[in-house]
Amino acid sequence: MADKRMTLEQVVGELEDGMTIGIGGWGSRRKPMALVRAILRSDLKDLTIVSYGGPDVGLLAAAGRIRTLVFGFVTLDSLPLDPYFCRARQDGQLTVAEYDEGMFAAGLSAAAKRLPFLPIRAGLGSSVVTTNPDLKTVRSPYTDEELIAMPALRLDVALVHMNRADMHGNAQYLGPDPYFDDDFALAADRCFVSAEKVIPTDELTRGKPVQTLLLNRSAVTGVVEAPNGAHFTSCYPDYGRHEKFQRLYAESAKTADGWRNFYDRFLAGDEASYQAEVVKLREEAA
Amino acid sequence: MSDATRAEVAIVACAELFRGDGEIVASPMGLIPQFGAKLARQTFEPDLLLSDGEAFLLTPQSDTAGNDKIIEGWQPFKKMLDVIVPHGTRHVVMGASQIDRFGNQNISAIGDHSRPTRQLLGVRGAPGNTVNHRTSYWVPRHSTRVFVDTVDVVSGVGYDNAQKAGPAASKFHDVHRVVTNLGVFDFASPDHSMRIVSLHPGVTLQDVTENTAFAVDDSDVTETRTPTIEELHLIRDVLDPKCLRDREVRL
Repeated sequence: MADKRMTLEQVVGELEDGMTIGIGGWGSRRKPMALVRAILRSDLKDLTIVSYGGPDVGLLAAAGRIRTLVFGFVTLDSLPLDPYFCRARQDGQLTVAEYDEGMFAAGLSAAAKRLPFLPIRAGLGSSVVTTNPDLKTVRSPYTDEELIAMPALRLDVALVHMNRADMHGNAQYLGPDPYFDDDFALAADRCFVSAEKVIPTDELTRGKPVQTLLLNRSAVTGVVEAPNGAHFTSCYPDYGRHEKFQRLYAESAKTADGWRNFYDRFLAGDEASYQAEVVKLREEAA
Repeated sequence: MSDATRAEVAIVACAELFRGDGEIVASPMGLIPQFGAKLARQTFEPDLLLSDGEAFLLTPQSDTAGNDKIIEGWQPFKKMLDVIVPHGTRHVVMGASQIDRFGNQNISAIGDHSRPTRQLLGVRGAPGNTVNHRTSYWVPRHSTRVFVDTVDVVSGVGYDNAQKAGPAASKFHDVHRVVTNLGVFDFASPDHSMRIVSLHPGVTLQDVTENTAFAVDDSDVTETRTPTIEELHLIRDVLDPKCLRDREVRL
């Protein structure tokens, strides 16, 4: 079996300008933030981002890396709105495809199943139909119902963050919610997983139910060990959301040089220096 | 004369949203609806399933002994969107940044969708919720900014748009009520336009008309009921001893 371990930089080296990239997690929860930070350190641009959006979207928008955003919401959960996403929208910087959450799920599912679309009731009668002029409906061959034909959301690459993985790409979530990470993985040509810890295969299910094994290695191209790699989003049970950091991130948007200061302090260096700054911030608070 | 505050009346009005719902999933978004759903569950709707807004269905404890989280079910977002919402055994109470006379709701963006003047959350699950199962709304500050002639982005689908979109859209469409800091509203008029069900004690018809950009049917207005002694005890001593409710609704 292949050893699929990679570094953050090696994963980003596999990405190209203009790619369609799906980002797992949900809102400000279990986002592959170390991989997002690695993208911010690269010069990747014109990305189409497909995400149940949180600060992954805000950061990439603030850095001007997103051309098109496919989304149903962007939120920081404990803070309702991400200020950088809001600013990018209000400045007209993003082309968007805004879907209902269930339509988004159906789109990923269609892509994972290699179907061109899936029928869904959600979206009918809403502005989703008018703001996505290419969206079509489909008539049931059995009844008189006309439903939304949600197109497959096919991805070039999916990036997800898990609690544990082995070197071969089997990956495990230990928190309460798998989110849609398995669909993201199967909707993509290639899926890269970051994990809090990369451990031997036989340790994955030691004392853990087998249902926690969300991704099997056939769906995974590369594995990165990234401790605290979802920071500042939550990654239960390893850690909760770093609320103080999230507030600092959100408040940085309030001043003219706020983004520059935030970037210089946390993002200009590598992942190790980011994590060192996070430790410093915690010590300041203590 | 009850000494209940406006926030407490609003909690009871939110509880009343779930009366008769039985064994379905209640998804209350926002503080006052959450207290309302728990109150309903602990009094007249004991069979309600309570979503915590995340992956769990929780059984609330009727004492303050600390352990107020008994997990009775697992409902991660994927199950919610794949099964619970389309299956329809759910009643959601959502917020509304804008709502119009036919119950169209906006939580997505203010202004032109291609370049909004104010970006909000996005449509979230509102389009799917409203065409699949019962939906109510909670508005803590009833004003002409919220109660508008036309919403800028139709997130939650109102009666007129559900009708226009055909049988698949209207089949399960059921916008039940809107509860605000001023009163309770429904859409049970002949053309499904908004109607005043009741005004909270101390609220006048003028308070509503001045704070609503469209005409509301006021032909059959009653007063919102006040909490019972048991309900007041539950709200004050069990559900919200820290009085978080007063931050959302003042008076």
